[in-house]
Amino acid sequence: MAVTKADLVDNLFDTMGINKREAKEIVELLFEEMIMALERGQDVKLSGFGVFVLRKKNARPGRNPKTGLEVTIPPKRVVTFRVGEKLKVKVDNYAGSKNEADKSD
Amino acid sequence: MVKSELIHRVAQRQQGLSMEDVEFGINKIFDHLIDALAKNQRIEIRGFGSFTLHYRPARTAHNPKTGEKVKAPSRYFPHFRPGKELKERVDKTDPEED
Repeated sequence: MAVTKADLVDNLFDTMGINKREAKEIVELLFEEMIMALERGQDVKLSGFGVFVLRKKNARPGRNPKTGLEVTIPPKRVVTFRVGEKLKVKVDNYAGSKNEADKSD
Repeated sequence: MVKSELIHRVAQRQQGLSMEDVEFGINKIFDHLIDALAKNQRIEIRGFGSFTLHYRPARTAHNPKTGEKVKAPSRYFPHFRPGKELKERVDKTDPEED
């Protein structure tokens, strides 16, 4: 099962001794403030977790796959994510334990 | 924007919790997200985006200095896919376009 905002709220409620409304407020405001920073053109750097970086994509030629007509895809601003060190190491450990189970030597 | 500023902004916008509580809570949220991905659990934050692990099979790589062949083991790495709301809001407010 995927982790959702509701799971994050429950976890704060269970571990912090704050009420559900307060827990929900933190979770909602956190992601809203991250979106607002990116809207303002600011990258969001979360040490250990990773960095959300804005990228400019130039206009480029494309094709409507249905009609085959050539169109120009307009320039865009997009968000990319670069993985932080702590997250990378933790995920690598998961992969490492799986490899060892696979090898059996 | 770094985490401390994010914590500050969230603390200012809510009522009843101290700055310390908000800081503790936000650190808990990111720990929770890291632990979930470390177990290969998918994360889905409506409006913001989703995180999943992508798999890279083992391959033979080369040491660029010596040209020597080295085995690169298979690995997983976290991947982020922006949500619809994040995509739309970030794209439509390009300051250079205005």
